[in-house]
Amino acid sequence: MTDNDDILDPTTAAFWKAAADGKLVVQRCAACGHSQLYPRPFCLACDSTDLTWAETPGLGTVYSCVTVHLPVRADLPPPYSVGLVELDEGPRLLAAVPDDAAIGDRVAARWQPGDGGARPVLSFAAVGSLANAAEVVS
Amino acid sequence: MPEFCIAGVAESPLGHVTDQSEPSMIALAAMAALDEAGIARTEVDGLFVNYLGEEGSVQLGEYLGIEPSHADSSDLGGGSWVGFIGHAMAAIAAGQCEVALLAYASRQRTLRKRSRAHVLAPPPPESITAQFDQPAGVPVPIGHFALVTARHMYEYGTTEEQLASVAVTGREWARLNPKAWRRDPLTVEDVLASDRICGPIKKLDCCPITDGGGAIVVTTAERARAAKRPPVGIRGWGESHTHWHPHQRRDITSTAAVRSGRLAYEMAGIGPEDVDIFQPYDAFTITPILQLEDLGFCEKGAGGEMFAQGHLRPGGKLPAMTSGGGLSYTHPGAFGIFLVIEAVRQLRGEAGDRQVNPAPRTALVNGIGGLCSYSSTVVLTND
Ligand SMILES: [Zn+2]
Repeated sequence: MTDNDDILDPTTAAFWKAAADGKLVVQRCAACGHSQLYPRPFCLACDSTDLTWAETPGLGTVYSCVTVHLPVRADLPPPYSVGLVELDEGPRLLAAVPDDAAIGDRVAARWQPGDGGARPVLSFAAVGSLANAAEVVS
Repeated sequence: MPEFCIAGVAESPLGHVTDQSEPSMIALAAMAALDEAGIARTEVDGLFVNYLGEEGSVQLGEYLGIEPSHADSSDLGGGSWVGFIGHAMAAIAAGQCEVALLAYASRQRTLRKRSRAHVLAPPPPESITAQFDQPAGVPVPIGHFALVTARHMYEYGTTEEQLASVAVTGREWARLNPKAWRRDPLTVEDVLASDRICGPIKKLDCCPITDGGGAIVVTTAERARAAKRPPVGIRGWGESHTHWHPHQRRDITSTAAVRSGRLAYEMAGIGPEDVDIFQPYDAFTITPILQLEDLGFCEKGAGGEMFAQGHLRPGGKLPAMTSGGGLSYTHPGAFGIFLVIEAVRQLRGEAGDRQVNPAPRTALVNGIGGLCSYSSTVVLTND
């Protein structure tokens, strides 16, 4: 999270500020309870403009995942695994998942600091491999 | 409403094009398509292009010496030219133009412009893509099609062998097409043994990168009276799009073809049972499976089995990808224009060794764009 992020996209600044604190937040509609990401100035379910940011435990289920075998970026040597994870609150996120992840697996979000002031980086770990995730489940 | 038709089609040089530029390839195709239509270049008053740079129709109009009264450079991905057929019909119906030229060319193989598209320059940092997609390192577009493939396999039991049978189907047709880029014999085992690239997608599940281009003339039956080849009737058309970011689509195995297909069938007054040949957009082996299902040729989830059973091969009950498809015939980045050209050739009975016999009367063409984001469907007939 940098000051520049506020300028680049003011609508997501709160998301990235929470991420810098290790928290995963979703935009929640005060009128109907719908959760959404990315944020918009209205609720996709009911059109209300009464929206807030809500912290989540970051738990979800792998909706789809694949292992990438071709080079995409210098800092990401293949093979590595990525997935679409559906949060329990509903929204989906695209992020790294464990190498042995399968569709239907339960996973927990974690944030790592970005390099040199870049935005924090999201990944999902198997539930049970993180102590705090296990607490949330119980 | 006038009766609309495709009065002329042509491919530009294909494959590895070393003696033409992209605009000159388009000019060659446009002149050939207009010659079929019996219409002079200077009579073109509607221009429809994509991927030809900033203000594409403006640039191409200058090159061709055309000052149109209707211009469209809409970016709807590789399926744009299937979509442009409907855009042209609307423009003609509104009196904005009478002779629409739809065109495309790319030398991306020779120029290596998009040979590493998955590592192209990052999107602008303020975009949702840069914030919510790019950090994960999913290659574009193959990674997104891989996520769709993996989910389709999970939900419906689609197998890698069934996916491979899509590539084999295209190759069997390509072996009958002297212009096809890949013509060697291909087996399911060959596809399965090719290098794994992303998730279930292997090298031979992917289209090649070629040079190529084409042109289509859309006009009214009235205006096509002097055509040298029989005009093909446009009976139905529809388009839609569903999402841009994969995390925004609830069911990633269902595409906008559900809606574009319904609209096209309704306009034509037909259903999938009336279709004689099918031209799906096969950038990867999963995409014709999705289109078969979403356009009502089989139950959702049964597309892979339909391919594996051979129903889309030469001699099958629903000949599809009859040029060899994007997987074997040509794929210069965008394939939509070639789907229409092949459907017209088949409906005119001029497809040579690959001609479907008995001659088809009704063709269904489906273009896709983006990350299974956009779909356009057109019904063409030769009566
Ligand atoms: Zn709401």
